[in-house]
Amino acid sequence: MNALSNAEPLLHVHELQTHFFTRAGVVKAVDGVSFSLQRGQVLGLVGESGSGKTVTGFSLLGLIDAPGRIVGGSVRLAGVELVGIPEAKLRQVRGKRISMVFQDPMMTLNPVLTVGRQMELALGAHRQMSRKAARARSAELLTRVGLADADKRLDDYPHQFSGGMRQRVAIAIALLHEPEIIVCDEPTTALDVSIQAQILREMRLLVRESGTSLIWISHDLATVSSLADRLLVMYAGRIVEEGPTATVLRDPRHPYTKGLLDSLPAMARPGEELRQITGGAPSLSSLPPGCAFAPRCERATAICETMPSLEGDAVRRFRCHHPVGVDA
Amino acid sequence: MSAAASPIANFWAEFRESPVALAALVVVLLIIVVAVLAPLIAPQDPYDLSRLQLRDARRPPGFVGSGGYVHLLGTDAQGRDLFSAILYGLRISIQMGLMAGAIALCIGATLGITAAFVGGRIEGLLMRIVDLQLCFPAILLALVLVAMLGQGKAQLIAALVAAQYAYFARTAYGAASAERRKDYIEAAMATPLSSRRIVFRHLLPNCMPPLIVVATVQVANAIALEATLSFLGLGLPVTEPSLGMLIANGFQYMMSGRYWISVYPGIALIVLIVAINLVGDQIRDQLNPRLKR
Amino acid sequence: MLGFVIQRFLQAVTVMAVMSVIVFVGVYAIGNPIDVLIPPDAPQDIRARTIARFGLDRPLWEQYFIFIRNALSGDFGRSFIYAMPVLQLILSRLPATLELALAAVLGATLIGVPLGIFAGYRPHSRAARVIMAVSILGFSMPTFWVGLVLILTFAVSLGWLPAGGRGQTVTLFGVQWSFLTINGLSHLVLPAINLALFKLAMMIRLARAGTREIMLTDTIKFARAAGLSEATILRHHVLKLISIPIVTVFGLELGSTLAFAVVTETIFSWPGLGKLIIDSITNLDRPVMVAYLILIAALFVTINFVVDITYAALDPRLRRGKVA
Repeated sequence: MNALSNAEPLLHVHELQTHFFTRAGVVKAVDGVSFSLQRGQVLGLVGESGSGKTVTGFSLLGLIDAPGRIVGGSVRLAGVELVGIPEAKLRQVRGKRISMVFQDPMMTLNPVLTVGRQMELALGAHRQMSRKAARARSAELLTRVGLADADKRLDDYPHQFSGGMRQRVAIAIALLHEPEIIVCDEPTTALDVSIQAQILREMRLLVRESGTSLIWISHDLATVSSLADRLLVMYAGRIVEEGPTATVLRDPRHPYTKGLLDSLPAMARPGEELRQITGGAPSLSSLPPGCAFAPRCERATAICETMPSLEGDAVRRFRCHHPVGVDA
Repeated sequence: MSAAASPIANFWAEFRESPVALAALVVVLLIIVVAVLAPLIAPQDPYDLSRLQLRDARRPPGFVGSGGYVHLLGTDAQGRDLFSAILYGLRISIQMGLMAGAIALCIGATLGITAAFVGGRIEGLLMRIVDLQLCFPAILLALVLVAMLGQGKAQLIAALVAAQYAYFARTAYGAASAERRKDYIEAAMATPLSSRRIVFRHLLPNCMPPLIVVATVQVANAIALEATLSFLGLGLPVTEPSLGMLIANGFQYMMSGRYWISVYPGIALIVLIVAINLVGDQIRDQLNPRLKR
Repeated sequence: MLGFVIQRFLQAVTVMAVMSVIVFVGVYAIGNPIDVLIPPDAPQDIRARTIARFGLDRPLWEQYFIFIRNALSGDFGRSFIYAMPVLQLILSRLPATLELALAAVLGATLIGVPLGIFAGYRPHSRAARVIMAVSILGFSMPTFWVGLVLILTFAVSLGWLPAGGRGQTVTLFGVQWSFLTINGLSHLVLPAINLALFKLAMMIRLARAGTREIMLTDTIKFARAAGLSEATILRHHVLKLISIPIVTVFGLELGSTLAFAVVTETIFSWPGLGKLIIDSITNLDRPVMVAYLILIAALFVTINFVVDITYAALDPRLRRGKVA
């Protein structure tokens, strides 16, 4: 686990803002998110639905569809700015330097094309290869993600694979060009628990072997914490806490993080009632002026009606007027 | 602005944003009003054969006839004032379209929902019949039925209904069976709630959106189908000229330059059908869940 | 796959059998069966002979089997109007209608699908709006009206194309075709356009709706995330996904076009099946009506069968049962 690295971060996101302009108003899905990612690091992006974590992931690849738009901020990949560049240039980055794995492989793989064909198309997006070479490379990758009989499987259709195998295919596609970063958006949520564990294990090995950085987006603290070096907790489009995984889990600063941890079934003592965070996720088009979590927070006072700034250092940051575990 | 307004108000708000759909809706309503008021507006009753003067036949628009009034759109081969004939023709078109559509909707929806709800053999049988019928184009069905049943308003409506109920049945069946499989229906069926209640309170409302979409399209189709049948001489009797028949009667005069006898009724028909289709299109786009983000 | 084909084939045969029963019962239910087969003014001895030949004095189910037996050997009786065997009459008119229908459907698909895909890909562009407006018109205007306008414009006002009839034909494989001569082609153009317009509009709308839906799916997003160019995505992902509903509709529309030809053939005096059936309805030429119905039914069943098979060929999920 890297504590502090003096090396230039691989990915540097600064004040990223992605808004959706809908009929009901402007939805500020991502409102000023900043973080860095080092080489070989695994970053866990945690939050409930509507926190903006998925939109953040899509924003990194420039995959925001109308009525949404990146309205501000910057995303620098090894020093190269990605926000605002022409689509043709973005396309050269997608799949080659940053790739993405989605949640439900049944929806992301085309049901009427063979797996081999889809991999071939993905390969052809960035490299000129002969059919044979493309096939060989695809088979190599399928084997690497743990599928037996790779060459035969290339001629199968997605529905002929089980859920877990399909996701492995998606991961294989994401790995085709040896990207520097893979953004994983809830890749194990749609799978059985046992398969989840397998995939997590394999991703860990992958990161170790190839030095690929991962951004692992999830609402499930438990799975993320076994994989991530650092945790980023999001709420209502903003980062509320960031730090090394072990530290954040052991000693959370933000009341929301604490609430999430407390509500994990694993944390409850036998016979005790499961704890919940009261209230529900806020509507992103009508956020309160100050801290977005204040309405649900038992530590909130009048000062929470002003937006707390992100305090802390390069290792640990949080956004709260009344952080947990710090002398009031 | 919160989304607390009722779904109907939301629907209407979104509808209003499309100028084309709004204009089309206005046109449709206008035509309906005009058609309903036809007996009051039309200068001549085109069904009253005694009032027709052959002297006035085939006259161009603007001609002042023996009735003493201006024939705004000219006259047809029997001396009928085309303007009046078109008004009454629109009336017939709308009548036929709405009645056939409404009856087909009721029959089709009942069949589809029943099939989905009852399941088993009956479901298979009913849907087989419906599928079979869907393979046959409406016009063929209508032709055959008219040939078998003869001509007349009731027969025509029967033919139109027979040609169209299958679409409603299929749509209702699709929506109802998708809903039927949902867990909450299974749960409801386990309770002593009467089946009727489940069907009416749960299955039916979920079928309404797609049925409405199909209904608008089918009403337009019914109108077009009736016009086509009348054009071919298989529709309403000559004494009750529908738009299709007016067009057919004027067909032979087109070559000699007396185009208005066919063209004006044609334009009226087109405007009606296009307007209904535009409204239907907008409704369909708005109700399509797969186009929402 | 073979099991699927056999299953569908058996279904088709069953449907045909059911249809034949329905038509038979329908025809016999609407009137005196004797009137169906014998013109009202036939002399007594022909009446007697026909009654004997068709067994009209036998019980209904026996008559049905006689009817089927005759039908399978191609004997549908003789037309009242044309005084020739019905089957021969129908077959002589079929090529004209087939030619018209094929020209119309092929034209509609080859032009409509690309236009529709474009409109679905860029749904808010000006071009897309124009395409959709045109498609609404094509969809809404009854075929006979379009025919009228076409004749008025191109035949009467401009005088470029003939207003009716079939034109010169060339015999190929023992059948007469008209598209092989310039004169024949000039006669084919207007009716083909007339017939095609509705299909064109339908193809455009279908392709557009399908493309729009597909473009919003995760499949496309994933393809974009992998860096595929828009052109590649359209050509490989979208086209393949959209081909399934398009092919289905193409097949069904082929059948319905053959039926719609009725109106077009009437307006353009095209000597095909459509005109035949209208004439036979107005003239109460019942043997022709019965035979037409049965043959149309057979045609539809066949087309459906082919469409089913093609559907399975295109969508791999349907070929066998689903695998876990």
